[in-house]
Amino acid sequence: MTSIPKPRVQHPSSTRNALGLSRRDYEGGMSTLCAGCGHDSVTAALIDAFWQLDIEPHRVAKLSGIGCSSKTTAYFINQAHGFNSVHGRMPAVATGANAANRELYFVGVSGDGDSLSIGLGQMCHAIRRNVRMLYVLENNGVYGLTKGQFSASADIGSKSKKGEPNVQPPIDPVLLALTLGASFVARSFSGDKAQLVPLLKAGLMHGGFALVDVISPCVTFNDHEASTKSYLYTRQHYHEVAPVDFVPLRREIAAAGPVEGGGAVRSVTMHDGSTVHFRMLADDYDPTDREAAYRYVRAAHQRGEVATGLLYVDQGNADMHGVNGTVDRALTSVPFEELCPGNAKLQELMEEYR
Amino acid sequence: MSGINDFCFKIGTVNGTGSASANALLMQAIFRMGIPVVGKNVFPSNIQGLPTWYEIRVSQDGYTARTAPFDLMVAMNPGTYARDVKEIAPGGWLMYDSSWPMPRALLRDDITVIGIPLGEMCNATFKGDRERTLMKNIAYAGALAALLDIDMDVVQAMLQEKFGKKKHLLDSNHKAIRLGYDYARAHHDCPLPCHLQRLDRTRDHILMDGNTAAALGAVYAGATVGAWYPITPATSLMENFRAFCEQFRRTADGKRNFCIVQAEDELAAAGIVIGAGWMGARAFTPTSGPGISLMSEFVGLAYYAEVPAVFFDVQRTGPSTGMPTRTQQADLLSTAYLSHGDTRHVLLFPANPEECFTMARDAFDLAERFQTPVFVMMDLDIGMNDWMCKRFEWDDAYRPDRGKVLDRAALEKVEKFFRYVATNGDGVAARTLPGVDPRGSYFTRGSGHNKLGGYTEDADEYREVVDRLVRKLAAAGEATPAPEIVLSEGATAGVVTVGGCRGAVLEGLDRLKEQGIVLDYLRVRGFPFNAAVRDFLARHERHIVVEQNRDGQLRSLLILETGTDPKRLGSLCDYGGLPLGTNRVIEGVKALLEGVPA
Repeated sequence: MTSIPKPRVQHPSSTRNALGLSRRDYEGGMSTLCAGCGHDSVTAALIDAFWQLDIEPHRVAKLSGIGCSSKTTAYFINQAHGFNSVHGRMPAVATGANAANRELYFVGVSGDGDSLSIGLGQMCHAIRRNVRMLYVLENNGVYGLTKGQFSASADIGSKSKKGEPNVQPPIDPVLLALTLGASFVARSFSGDKAQLVPLLKAGLMHGGFALVDVISPCVTFNDHEASTKSYLYTRQHYHEVAPVDFVPLRREIAAAGPVEGGGAVRSVTMHDGSTVHFRMLADDYDPTDREAAYRYVRAAHQRGEVATGLLYVDQGNADMHGVNGTVDRALTSVPFEELCPGNAKLQELMEEYR
Repeated sequence: MSGINDFCFKIGTVNGTGSASANALLMQAIFRMGIPVVGKNVFPSNIQGLPTWYEIRVSQDGYTARTAPFDLMVAMNPGTYARDVKEIAPGGWLMYDSSWPMPRALLRDDITVIGIPLGEMCNATFKGDRERTLMKNIAYAGALAALLDIDMDVVQAMLQEKFGKKKHLLDSNHKAIRLGYDYARAHHDCPLPCHLQRLDRTRDHILMDGNTAAALGAVYAGATVGAWYPITPATSLMENFRAFCEQFRRTADGKRNFCIVQAEDELAAAGIVIGAGWMGARAFTPTSGPGISLMSEFVGLAYYAEVPAVFFDVQRTGPSTGMPTRTQQADLLSTAYLSHGDTRHVLLFPANPEECFTMARDAFDLAERFQTPVFVMMDLDIGMNDWMCKRFEWDDAYRPDRGKVLDRAALEKVEKFFRYVATNGDGVAARTLPGVDPRGSYFTRGSGHNKLGGYTEDADEYREVVDRLVRKLAAAGEATPAPEIVLSEGATAGVVTVGGCRGAVLEGLDRLKEQGIVLDYLRVRGFPFNAAVRDFLARHERHIVVEQNRDGQLRSLLILETGTDPKRLGSLCDYGGLPLGTNRVIEGVKALLEGVPA
């Protein structure tokens, strides 16, 4: 994917984290996405999350597939190892990388085309294996790089820029992940950094597969009157609510302040002045109850609202290595002498084949 | 044939009835008598109820190829009587279950019929359908022991080893063996003229299939990550890898020094291998043709992004689903250039389980040294049949060739690390592994990149990288195992072959020499072809390429890669799905030599 090198200038007064690094140290190349693209806001939130968590940049493996979303792995943490793989297949590459070296932080960035169409099976099976990784799905309902076709997350009746209606029902990654037994399911909005950063941090610290579905509008191809992912449509289904900026389970995961708000729908003003709204979770919402989470998300959707926050979490599930019973260290660090049984053992074994 | 320690017989049964263990017992008993033996399982793509055959060749000279017709046919499946009777050599023998009459129309007057009432005896001796069915197999093994003079002490010892802990089963098996053995001795002339006599020619050998051998090679080479999707005939490779790892790779506290992922499909299996290879692990996937097709896109990524990955292609009969339980060498051309765009891959061609073991090790070394996918091109015959081969040895001084990998200390000496800059003539650029050092970070991508590792759409920058890959693959070809060459005084032409054709071709050349036709022999063991292959082709004006596919894929590769005039390369193709037979080689080579003007 394209990117432009960024000048590495540090302001002497920039804030440092526990490693003595500033946010600039977690940046990547200059984005070549459209001006105002939601994905760039997700990139900024990822930079914040890694910086706040004091994660050593080179201990991060960042992986992606193909598409606008997948370009973004080039735009954060230059000193991480990056892998831009093939369309829809990032989960497999991440699974293999994690199998080989469980000691790193894994972040996968994908989109609705990459994850819900060509790579749907891959995402499902990474969830099923509970590969420890933060999986960010930048969801805009449209194929950007091929110029505006519907994706599998587009709503029925939503129209393309050329006026063609979408007739297929959408796949909701959050509902899907809940049915697949995902151990961490969250949804957020690219414009709500106050909510998104804590979610990403929680996902990175989760002991298994952490899905964060981020509504990230496409300013070029899906921001017109007939689109249900447009700002105009959203404005017509507008519910005025008090802004909220918390993750319901955040206290338990990252020790945050008291829960505020609850149960309200929040409207967010976008680039063009239009609005999208999100239902924040109710005070009595139990993010450890999978069935309740499923019902809540569906009910919100039927009301034309988008439920956001940490919707479900299960910290008790073993990840891929826990199930496998792998040694605690990275398999890449096991000395050859411990891997090769040697000739004496081979000769004993040969007797069994006589 | 049809002599002492030199004959072949075939057993026709119904699959799912337990005949496999009886057949394995027979083969192993002959092997333990010190007599070279080889078995070919011809089985259906089915769980239960369809015809299945097992062919055993006894060869004191150690020939391993499939031969027909058969000196003795054991016809246990009435459904295939007609075709089974036809495959008996004139003067040969037919053994059948005489509990039910054999249709007279099927009988030939040039064979001897041996009836053993196996069903009747087993029904009288054993209780329950399952045991009666199972023991009928052991009973025919007993009858064969009498007819062929198999050492009963050896058979008894094997039953003791196998069932020693299960007294009931041991008793049943002993009884069943005696039923067949005693009846045959009492009612027929034993042994037959073609029978066994103890030798001492298997002492340093084992009986093993290629999938087991390849799995063992992967364990010994230090593979830690295996990904797979079950597919005939490759499945047992990963099952064996898991079994060996459970035996050898558990730590004192029971933790696993390996991670096997059963993927959702072959695409994912390839991706998992590439992810693990990128991270620095030795990773592999076993598959067959349909899986290779699905892996195509990922293989192109590994080639272009230069990620080590090892693939075992246990080839079966294509195209499409083809005949999943039949053998072929028909993935050569598609795998050599697998994936879209300009690609070229390293292929290794084992001829037998012994080479599956050593080439598994070679594959991991080559993949890491040249940072590229490597394919071990096995086939069903090699992978799933038991072969007699020399005991494996392992050099404890062996250490993996990890190629050019810059660790933290090396990175300290580098001013700035760029991923795709090669400093040597072999075209290999040093790589770094994730998580080691911030100075080693780079961005791996399948999109256009320049030698610095950056994205590019610039023509010159793009060409610089892909031109280096040509040099790299040429160097990799030179590093593949040298071809097996047998030169003969007075040879007038050459025979070029690959993989499991070895046995039939070498035996065929011995027979042809007896008839005054002297030919040189080369078996390719690696691709891209190394210089020794070109030199051999230059030795003679004419060569015959023997292989197991319809279109002469090895011949095509030789023409494409060495520029040899197609007129100089005759083509002998055998592609019906059964292992190549010696007679096919003899007749095919003679016809080609006569038909093509010198």
